[in-house]
Amino acid sequence: MVDPRTSIIDERMKGIQNIIAVSSGKGGVGKSLVASTLALILAKKGYDIGLFDLDFTSPSTHLILGVGDLYPEEEYGVIPPKVHGLRYMSIVYYSRGDVLPLRGADISNALIELLSVTRWEALDFLIIDMPPGISDAALDIIRLIERVKFLMVTTPSQLAFETVRKFIKLLSELRIPIIGVIENMKIRESPFIQQQVEGMDLKFWGEVPFDTRLEEAIGDVDRLLETDFGKKIGELIEKNLET
Amino acid sequence: MHEWALAEAVISTASKIAEEEGLKEVTEVIIKIGELQQIEGEILEFALSQLKSTSNLENTDFIIETVNSDFKCRVCGHKWSFSKEELDEEVREDIHFVPEVAHAYVRCPKCGSPDFEVLQGRGVWIETIKGVK
Repeated sequence: MVDPRTSIIDERMKGIQNIIAVSSGKGGVGKSLVASTLALILAKKGYDIGLFDLDFTSPSTHLILGVGDLYPEEEYGVIPPKVHGLRYMSIVYYSRGDVLPLRGADISNALIELLSVTRWEALDFLIIDMPPGISDAALDIIRLIERVKFLMVTTPSQLAFETVRKFIKLLSELRIPIIGVIENMKIRESPFIQQQVEGMDLKFWGEVPFDTRLEEAIGDVDRLLETDFGKKIGELIEKNLET
Repeated sequence: MHEWALAEAVISTASKIAEEEGLKEVTEVIIKIGELQQIEGEILEFALSQLKSTSNLENTDFIIETVNSDFKCRVCGHKWSFSKEELDEEVREDIHFVPEVAHAYVRCPKCGSPDFEVLQGRGVWIETIKGVK
């Protein structure tokens, strides 16, 4: 008994130059906002961008982008619709925002299904919004997407960073590239995260101050890019990704 | 999964297995399709016939068999079978693309729980490949 789907995943992604999985050790650190803003800014700069929300049980990028009533076009597979200048794919097209209580094996199956059916065009970057932490889905993404690189997001909290440290250790053991770590929601000066990251021989992308006005920009991408958060992510991209 | 994408995946997988097993010719591939995904057998058959001519499986017989979908509630243990007639067309289309979204729409008829297991008949798989070495 053989599952035919996995053999087609590489073919589906062959036109993508860079695949970046935005991940964290735990939830609530701003990973989806970082992934969405990163994708929006790169698209605005003229790159061909895809954003793939693979956080199936708690998808949220559709809310950040303010995605309306869209449905992928069906043509020898499915083609992600274009939203704010980027190609956007999420399970919410099919679950329609309803609660989706999936167990590990179901998540793996849904993941393989979406990876094998989605036809991405030629892209400079595919940004993946990952489920938080080390989960079945994270392990499957590592297993199934050969060229994936990770961008980790943490908060200044030791608790958040401890989970990131473990994730980094796992990725290192699996020889998965880590392009950097972002310290999000910075409230007061502390070199702790930067020291820890650099101590692991990883690139510290920089810190993003806690932005009290960010919540008001959810669903309004122009406003999001004008927030201090959006501007800071733009600076980090120029400093770390485009150099 | 879409029928054409599926046909592409079946051809690619069968070719890979034939190569690994050292088969000079693949004579028969049996494909099982779970009822839950509501694959259109005729479209899949047509897609396979079109795609196989451009592969090394030109003379292969593809046999498609449908398997009923059975569920078991993880809360009360009740078992029941999938019935597409109980779902509206949009929902059926959603489940066709990603069968797991059934968990957003289907409930245990006995206790109402969305936490159920698909015992059989979820997706698509290659059951057997026969060939000549």
